[in-house]
Amino acid sequence: MHTAAGVEACLPIRSDMDLVWVRQHVRQAAALLGFGLVEQTKLITAASELARNTLVHGGGGQMEATRVSSGGAQGLRLSFSDEGPGIADLDLALSDGYTSGGGLGMGLSGARRLVHEFDIDSTPGAGTTVRVTCWVAQPPRPREEA
Amino acid sequence: MSDASPRPVPGQVPVLRLGDVLLVTLQGDLHDSTAQQLQQDLAETISRTGVRGVLIDISGVEIVDSFLGRVLAEIAAQAKLLAARTVVAGMRPAVAITLVELGLTLPGLSTALSTEAGMRLLTQHSPVPGAGGPRQESP
Repeated sequence: MHTAAGVEACLPIRSDMDLVWVRQHVRQAAALLGFGLVEQTKLITAASELARNTLVHGGGGQMEATRVSSGGAQGLRLSFSDEGPGIADLDLALSDGYTSGGGLGMGLSGARRLVHEFDIDSTPGAGTTVRVTCWVAQPPRPREEA
Repeated sequence: MSDASPRPVPGQVPVLRLGDVLLVTLQGDLHDSTAQQLQQDLAETISRTGVRGVLIDISGVEIVDSFLGRVLAEIAAQAKLLAARTVVAGMRPAVAITLVELGLTLPGLSTALSTEAGMRLLTQHSPVPGAGGPRQESP
């Protein structure tokens, strides 16, 4: 059984050093929950993109990691929040190639493709929260006896 | 070098010269500022030494996000402007899968599966002498 320890945490995102801690925490949490290597890599990469958005566009904020379960499936939910300027046009911000910060414009749209659930909540002037969830792949169930 | 093992100091990635090639080994989790420092160091070292190749071993790198992807692409682009070729070697399969899903296919990057293969790629395609026109060598 997994305990919440080592998975659940709230980390500040204030500098590029904090991005390293965020990635390390997500790596550790994903490993504890039993994610496979490719899923772990995708999740850490998505977290890195989103944490960088929080830092660069949101002026800093935090990441909260929680363990979630649904119908026997285990998952990891990461919530990135800032109190920055918010995103005026979400559809535009989520499109490939759109950038306001001199990057490649792949951060938000790319991170969305790397996770199972993606949810963004932004109020111009009040901040942005992005929540992503990944579920641990269930091993294939043994076939029922005929 | 007198150090027994070139332990990476935070903020700097060692750049080794092997003949006509600069060898860089990236390992673990890189800070953004470390990656940017490397980009600058490489441009200066290529220009100073006149090497014709840069080999970046990323077999020890667990994730490449769009930031590091962009830095790698920019290193290759600036090296090309300085008359050197860049090969990124040893990318982990999970990293390749993730990069493509992220939407970063990095078409300008030459890759090799191992450092050895990368080194072969850089040394066997050495340009014909004089093909690139006269090049001013610094002492």
